[in-house]
Amino acid sequence: MKIKIRTREALQGLAFVSPWLIGFLIFTLVPLVRTFWLSLNEVRVTASGIRTFFMDLKNYRDAFLTDVTFSGMLIDYALQMAVYIPVIISFSMAVALLLNLKIKGQGLFRTIFFLPVIISSGPVLAELADKGAMTFEGLTNLGFLVNLQTTLPPSIARLLAFAVGSFIVILWFSGVQILIYLASLQKIDRSMYEAARIDGASGWQILWKLTIPSLIPITFINIVYTIVTVSTFSTSAVIQKIQTDMYRPEKGLGYASALSWIYFLVMLAIIGLFVLINVIYRKKGGERS
Amino acid sequence: MNVPRLNRKVKTAAGMASVYFTLLLIGFVFIYPVIYIISYSFMDTEDLVNPLVRWLPTKLYIGNFSEAASVLDFSATLIKTLIVTVLPSILQTISASIVGYGFSRFRFPGKKIMLAALLATFIIPPQVTMIPQFLMFRDLKLLETIWAFILPATFTQGIRSAIFVLIFYQFFNMLPRSLEEAAKIDGASTFRIFYRIAVPSATPAYIIAFLFSLVWYWNETTLTALYLGEKWATLPLKLQNFAVTFRRLYPADPYSVVGKNLNEAIVMAGTFLTLIPLLMIYFFTQSWFVESIDRTGITGE
Repeated sequence: MKIKIRTREALQGLAFVSPWLIGFLIFTLVPLVRTFWLSLNEVRVTASGIRTFFMDLKNYRDAFLTDVTFSGMLIDYALQMAVYIPVIISFSMAVALLLNLKIKGQGLFRTIFFLPVIISSGPVLAELADKGAMTFEGLTNLGFLVNLQTTLPPSIARLLAFAVGSFIVILWFSGVQILIYLASLQKIDRSMYEAARIDGASGWQILWKLTIPSLIPITFINIVYTIVTVSTFSTSAVIQKIQTDMYRPEKGLGYASALSWIYFLVMLAIIGLFVLINVIYRKKGGERS
Repeated sequence: MNVPRLNRKVKTAAGMASVYFTLLLIGFVFIYPVIYIISYSFMDTEDLVNPLVRWLPTKLYIGNFSEAASVLDFSATLIKTLIVTVLPSILQTISASIVGYGFSRFRFPGKKIMLAALLATFIIPPQVTMIPQFLMFRDLKLLETIWAFILPATFTQGIRSAIFVLIFYQFFNMLPRSLEEAAKIDGASTFRIFYRIAVPSATPAYIIAFLFSLVWYWNETTLTALYLGEKWATLPLKLQNFAVTFRRLYPADPYSVVGKNLNEAIVMAGTFLTLIPLLMIYFFTQSWFVESIDRTGITGE
């Protein structure tokens, strides 16, 4: 009888999750494998269907050795991540900390800071960037920044110029992260603060020793969210290249598939790096306590 | 009032002032582009070339909007955009809730692996699966039909579906089971329990999942262009091709001085028209967006 109840529960559970199971197989797992298979082929789209010619790793070799733009795009993507992640994370954390103070108009500020999530579609952002509404004129021409760029090594100068030039765009990716930080700030146990204050800790000490450490676990989620959102945003150069190469006869679907797999692997590597940092941090924390 | 207390008060007042100042400054960064769009979309050609006019147009010129509306084919495109975003959003929300409930309430073999796969789908970019999906829809003759959006949404593989399944999973995990257990003892069927007890109590999760789906489907352009093409071009897609369409509609006339040339004001009017529907939705529902995480407890342990 007991086994029967468990079987029944299992069947009911599987029935409820079956839309996901079917969808995952048809729209995610099989396409993922198929993209990889296509990436090893030359794909020709004909009227009667598609024809594939096995090419081994040729598409991958072409991507790095023959294609003049792709490697540069990947390097730019890595640079972009190196700038975006710290800026977005520290910015959204700072804004959440400010909003968490007992201030009037918290709701209004939240509404404003979340605005980018609502209106940032690729074309709108592109129009705004095109018209210069996403940079403050002057900021890029500030004397000290220009001086700094001539004295710094070129790679760092490039990073800096990139950060300044796209500063507002970067902030526009922070809406959801601010909300996530704010929600977890409001969950911190009030009594911990009181205990710290009774022990004579200053506001500054509480911020660095109590509040920010308690945000570390959620920071990992925010970093992953940031990487995924920025990488899959339609203005990304690599994504645009994949889209145009799909229709190019000399490149085609096979080549575009190889590019998407490479892009996916680079993205996974970046996420993996932060998973590693997260694991190390947790281990250290475990030893301390 | 004694001196130390007064000191502290001044200190906090100054602190508060700087907090507000910082927040206003940051808020300005987000509002600036919106003000920019609105102010430019009302400028006529004279205002555009007048160096004295920077923010406030000298008069409210609405000619830009009629031109932008004809370039965007506004009313037809708006209806198409609404169909292409609302329908998949509803289906995605419903299916995500069913799946989330299944993960939350039942024990079944392979559940842990499935939950891990669900999390993994969040980090799989659509770009790695879109080419085979494109070929599949092509073979099934579903390209340029709304089915190319409806089918993935129905099977919780639409735009960021994984997040919505997780929202419902988390939400149902927080709901007490006592009511459902009582109904079970009374002999109600599992499906009846789901739609009579679980669904009504999950109303906030439904609203939030639907609104976020709507915004993300609306702003999606890569997949919309690929699967739905010109036939179902949404407002953002039309905006993307704005300059090209404009030149086709109003061919440049080299002999006329007052001939219609695409200027910044018309483009900004087009951008404004693209944004208005979403901004209106946001205006009426903003508390659902900004309190979404508090209300669903998605970040809860």
